[in-house]
Amino acid sequence: MSVRRLAEENVQPQSFAFRGENVAWAEATIRKYPEGRQQSAVIPLLMRAQEQDGWVTKAAIESVADMLGMAYIRVLEVATFYTQFQLKPVGTRAHVQVCGTTPCMLRGSEELIKLCKKRIHPEPLTPNESGTLSWEEVECQGACVNAPMVMIFKDSYEDLTVPQLDYIIDRFDAGKGADIKPGPQIDRIFSAPVGGVTTLSSPYVRQRNQVTDAEPTPANSDEASVPPANAGRVKTDAAETDPTLKTPATAKAASAANAKVEGDNKDTGIVEKAPAKAAAVKPSLDDKDRPAGIAKPAASDDLKLVSGVGPKIEAILHELGIFTFTQVAGWTKAQRDWVDGYLNFKGRIDRDDWVRQAEALAKGGEAEYIRVFGKKPR
Amino acid sequence: MLDDKDRIFNNIYGLHDKSLKGVMSRGHWDGTKQILEKGRDWIINEMKASGLRGRGGAGFPTGLKWSFMPKESDGRPHYLVVNADESEPGTCKDRDIMRHDPHTLIEGCVIASFAMGAHVAYIYVRGEYMREREALQAAIDECYDAGLLGVNNKCGWDMEIFVHHGAGAYICGEETALLESLEGKKGQPRLKPPFPANMGLYGCPTTVNNVESIAVAPTILRRGAGWFSAIGRPNNVGTKLFMVSGHVNKPCTVEEAMGIPFRELIEKHCGGVRGGFDNLLAVIPGGSSCPVVTGANILDAPMDFDGMRDVKSSFGTAAVIVMDKSTDIIKAIWRLSAFYKHESCGQCTPCREGTGWMMRVMERMVQGRAQKREIDMLFDVSKQVEGHTICALGDAAAWPIQGLIRNFRPEMEARIDEYTRNSSSHGAVLEAAE
Repeated sequence: MSVRRLAEENVQPQSFAFRGENVAWAEATIRKYPEGRQQSAVIPLLMRAQEQDGWVTKAAIESVADMLGMAYIRVLEVATFYTQFQLKPVGTRAHVQVCGTTPCMLRGSEELIKLCKKRIHPEPLTPNESGTLSWEEVECQGACVNAPMVMIFKDSYEDLTVPQLDYIIDRFDAGKGADIKPGPQIDRIFSAPVGGVTTLSSPYVRQRNQVTDAEPTPANSDEASVPPANAGRVKTDAAETDPTLKTPATAKAASAANAKVEGDNKDTGIVEKAPAKAAAVKPSLDDKDRPAGIAKPAASDDLKLVSGVGPKIEAILHELGIFTFTQVAGWTKAQRDWVDGYLNFKGRIDRDDWVRQAEALAKGGEAEYIRVFGKKPR
Repeated sequence: MLDDKDRIFNNIYGLHDKSLKGVMSRGHWDGTKQILEKGRDWIINEMKASGLRGRGGAGFPTGLKWSFMPKESDGRPHYLVVNADESEPGTCKDRDIMRHDPHTLIEGCVIASFAMGAHVAYIYVRGEYMREREALQAAIDECYDAGLLGVNNKCGWDMEIFVHHGAGAYICGEETALLESLEGKKGQPRLKPPFPANMGLYGCPTTVNNVESIAVAPTILRRGAGWFSAIGRPNNVGTKLFMVSGHVNKPCTVEEAMGIPFRELIEKHCGGVRGGFDNLLAVIPGGSSCPVVTGANILDAPMDFDGMRDVKSSFGTAAVIVMDKSTDIIKAIWRLSAFYKHESCGQCTPCREGTGWMMRVMERMVQGRAQKREIDMLFDVSKQVEGHTICALGDAAAWPIQGLIRNFRPEMEARIDEYTRNSSSHGAVLEAAE
């Protein structure tokens, strides 16, 4: 901790009052805190007083204490405890706060301090002859990746070199500090690495809730189908679902139907037969709707690029003599139905729109596919 | 490497539109009401399941902290206090969140306040961050105008957020000191218990969280605890803002997956160590209070809580201070001692007196004007400060010195030898003229 005292009596002004918009601002700030807790506003009020007058005067401390109903000593305590409050007059045009803590020191803040000693005053917190400039070494200002840095009033000037700081001090001394853009003084975007970002460069893809996002991923036809999980299964050992128990009148069929659950029904005694396959009757290979096959050409297309065709389906298609996208693109409705039936696909060919996919692939390969469907094939 | 789509702070460099509309187009404030509708228990359980550990340095599980708040109010209001008093040397992540991505924080405040039954949140910003405070206040005003905050807002939970600020006291980053400061007093830490969850701000149940912990919460809840906990290693999950400063070619702040090896972090984002990895001397991996680690030890260590514990340091806030072989390591640590001496609040004697004492001895160590036995004495004194103070500032002041002695004792002895050799029999010392 450091010992901090108020300025000498002879520099203290007689009175203090908030001026202009600060009056309304102070009232609004006090209202932010619950009734009876107005004391909370002491730091913001003292800070605003400092912004208004340049430093915290004894009159300001007493005035703030009166506004908040606090004892003078409590506000004095606060004003001396917090090191951002300037208890003595500082430079009117610029008070240069050089960060000297290790991260800045490693990148050369000592040179900046030397410059301040030479340019402004050998002693910190002492205004120069004209009273326009002063400096001090402060502890970490929280801009470590932009070290070394200085803070002048509200703005920080980062990534400094000695000549740059010299220039900045010049401008402030001339009353033209506003010309200098705050932030990094080299070609750099805030805290991003010099020479361009390494992240966040790809265009932003909107992330949605997992819940709403769950697009049903189409089951790959040539993978073994996974039976539904048992997690949400009806409890089949409950009395109500036991078909062997007598139930009133019509209930036999109904209770049997009730007892049916997806998947494994063994423990109920009713093992549901897999639905008798209408589709089990494979369409005949001699059917007139069978699309015409060709002999395997020298260069056959990779049919797997069509969404819905896996290696297994591709092999079957090859057996049928289907080797190119153009063939698939040319299928009529009847032919599609036949292939669908042959593959036992339950309308998947139309759902996945193989024909349009194949058309695009036949026309311009992957590039065309991406243009039409907005994604890569497969 | 972490994908851009898995980065939570997608505008951390301020490259994109900062308005509410722009923020919404990047996925924030999406379905906040639906999240709140899932209820308090769901939110807290999801936060626990996500494995998020507090980002302020100590790494306490955030979900667990939220669950400490009383379930029912006993008539006292509950408060959420966000700790944006980011003063640990090396740390500058909250600054970027507040000036470029403030809406993540504001949305997080709404969700966290709901989870702990608070209707009022205070964000305590350090005094030096004036422009950041203005940016944050502007974003909050925008939310009030859009009906996302205030009474009867669109989120379905009455919410007031106030921005408060400090005036340059590092100690106010300690949660109870922060509450004292927020009450308008000197920032001197309180004894615990009672803990803030029972007796916090104005004697009411309060939870104090770091900015980053709060700001990541909405995205975690939106994308699911599973997503967050899948990044990184068990017990060290999620994404984290790393701040790399010191002797690297391109210092920067970057969001990366926890557990990224040190070498990869520096190579990918910071353009390597100045003069190559062979030129690496030492690293302070988590902000000033973490013990220094030698370059050889840290090169392939994963940057997370356990990885840093294994190299006898700590992960802190992921503020990586890199030092190459041109560094006077003793001086670098002395400067940290000076920092702690300046920032001690003066409440506990071991810290008030100890930090000054340690700084003065360190000053002599920098010159070499000491006895070798004093190194042991310095270590001993640092052990007496550590653990004998109300808050952790005493520990924080002791650790860098202990780390220095543990890793660089030969360097300190060599310095002493050199000084002794230079001094003549008359006691005069030849020093290079500056």
